Amino acid sequence: MKYIDEFRSRALTSRLISRIRSVADEGREYRYMEVCGTHTMAIFKYGLRELLPRNIRLISGPGCPVCVTPLEYLDRAIAIAGLPKVIITTFGDMLRVPGSSSTLENERAGGKHIKVVYSTDDALDIANRNTDKEVVFLGVGFETTVPTVAASIMSAAKQGIHNYSVLCAHKTMPEALGAIMAHRDARIDGFLLPGHVSAITGMKPYGFLAKRYGAGCVAAGFEPVDMLQAILMLMEQKRPIVEVQYKRIVDPLGNRLARKAIEKVFEKSSSEWRGIGKLKNSGLRIRKEFSRFDASLKFRVKTVRPREDKSCICGAVLKGIKTPVDCKLFGKKCTPADPVGSCMVSSEGTCAAYYKYGRR
Amino acid sequence: MDRITLGHGSGGRQMHKLIDSLFLKAFSNPILNQKRDSAVLNIGNKKIAFTTDSYVVDPIFFPGGDIGSLAIYGTVNDLSVCGARALYISVGAVIEEGLDGSVLERIVRSMAEAAKKAGVRIVTGDTKVVEKGSCDRIFINTSGIGEVYYEGLSTDKIAPGDSVIVSGPVGDHAISVLSKREGIEFGTIVRSDSAPLDKLIWKVLRSSKKVRFMRDPTRGGLATTLNEIALGAKSGIAIEERDVPVRPPVRQACELLGLDPLYLACEGRVIIIAAKEDGPRILKTLGADKAGRGAKIIGSVTGDRSARVYLNTIAGGKRIIDMLSGEQLPRIC
Repeated sequence: MKYIDEFRSRALTSRLISRIRSVADEGREYRYMEVCGTHTMAIFKYGLRELLPRNIRLISGPGCPVCVTPLEYLDRAIAIAGLPKVIITTFGDMLRVPGSSSTLENERAGGKHIKVVYSTDDALDIANRNTDKEVVFLGVGFETTVPTVAASIMSAAKQGIHNYSVLCAHKTMPEALGAIMAHRDARIDGFLLPGHVSAITGMKPYGFLAKRYGAGCVAAGFEPVDMLQAILMLMEQKRPIVEVQYKRIVDPLGNRLARKAIEKVFEKSSSEWRGIGKLKNSGLRIRKEFSRFDASLKFRVKTVRPREDKSCICGAVLKGIKTPVDCKLFGKKCTPADPVGSCMVSSEGTCAAYYKYGRR
Repeated sequence: MDRITLGHGSGGRQMHKLIDSLFLKAFSNPILNQKRDSAVLNIGNKKIAFTTDSYVVDPIFFPGGDIGSLAIYGTVNDLSVCGARALYISVGAVIEEGLDGSVLERIVRSMAEAAKKAGVRIVTGDTKVVEKGSCDRIFINTSGIGEVYYEGLSTDKIAPGDSVIVSGPVGDHAISVLSKREGIEFGTIVRSDSAPLDKLIWKVLRSSKKVRFMRDPTRGGLATTLNEIALGAKSGIAIEERDVPVRPPVRQACELLGLDPLYLACEGRVIIIAAKEDGPRILKTLGADKAGRGAKIIGSVTGDRSARVYLNTIAGGKRIIDMLSGEQLPRIC
């Protein structure tokens, strides 16, 4: 398959590996955080970890949208699903995420109208075909996902669709990475920045990671060759700078059109990251002029302040301080079929990736 | 016990847990406990294979097949992989009130044709109609019996060094159904691989006396079926990612939707474990038949007792492939 096979070529990966080996200074440890959940998955899927020298440590970051979505959001979504004449539409990975007492999958089995969609267009379509129902889209995800959600709200406004709304938990990436670097236990030498998020944001928002925290940054693609090349680029940086490896997708200036759509519909707000806590300016909320599409205003539901399982260390995992195998629930009480913590739920979660591909 | 979710029906780990902890416990007997695709029964001096399966596919018509032919072939295949010649089939139909008569006619005609093609006779049946909303248009159950002509297929026979063969590209059925259901097209129309395997398997078993075990990778796909085989054999299996046949449009669909082709259902493929020396001959036999075109040796049984399935990745790495957990869920980004 064109543009895929080339980036999985064994000839190229082995050349990159030997370059990495020759560049690596045996006396030091290289600690790089792969930010995106898709990076984590790809690292495991292609078995990259064992190809790399031992002193290169890859640490999984907070870029799995499902994993950082707070429990309270799920409880709210489940509560809204329980209202009469409501259809919840969602991307598939949200289905099995445990809320305080249930999951959307479980609620669906109990007869609630919960539909998996592949795009916001599908959700709008469902709204159009069910004018007697309220269709709520679960807006979860980073800058990659937000533009399409913004577009769906603009379309709904333009077409006069009144029965569509978004329960928004969108988050933005740079602030979370700043919070990780500010943490006293963080020891990160560089970031493999999320390729598709960077395609929207451009590279400017990451400048502070290099300048203030001395962390090198390379926006990386998701194929084995992409990631190995990005690691090599980080190792070869003379001083911490922000670069792009994923040039076939990422324009350093980003996607202005997409950002304009985001800005039109959303504004910055503080946001709760599961496991990390509340971070200033790290979230998006729907602007006042579009508030009629804001499901959190449209449906007043009560949720109890939820309690997390105290033994779960997803927070430390998301910050890159601990790895899943440090958790006593991992692989025992917490498995992909019956997850406790958020990192086990999404196929992109660090714990799920460790469980699925990394157990020995 | 928890509420039953779709994950319990997806063929993976949850379903196995449900079967082991509930059904096997309650119905336990030596024949059932073998957990084979068909039960092999000694009746008089004959060995008879007996199996059952229910079909609830949505949409009921898809490129390359429909619920009717699928219901016939699925049962024929479950008998065939146990070394049995399928003879007689029963059909039970649960029909939703309001189903268009012409739709039912189409399905029934398709079943009749499929039965003819697979050389089986439909000898008994049942019809029920339920209120609108109590089922989705039509559900079909088929049971079948067959005469065992090749004995000794068993995971116990599997030995280190044996070859792992798949009879054709994987995932066509799942993507065909998914693209029809979701209205997504991937360049070309992907046709389901739904087909009867009786003749193909008969040829294979005639060409080699060293076939150890066979199973069709339906729900849960290649990965789940290989895990079942590894568990049964108490032996590891290693496969090569680059040798697993996947058609380009299926790969494209998987890339786009974030699905793993190793977990996609097939309805006309069989995994064959056979002695290494017979691998090439079996491959030739498969390749000479239309139903086995694109067959590949994808790996081998390893000596270790881990009962894990390993994949040597295209990039040169190695990873474990586990059974499917829950449904395969499309991802956010």
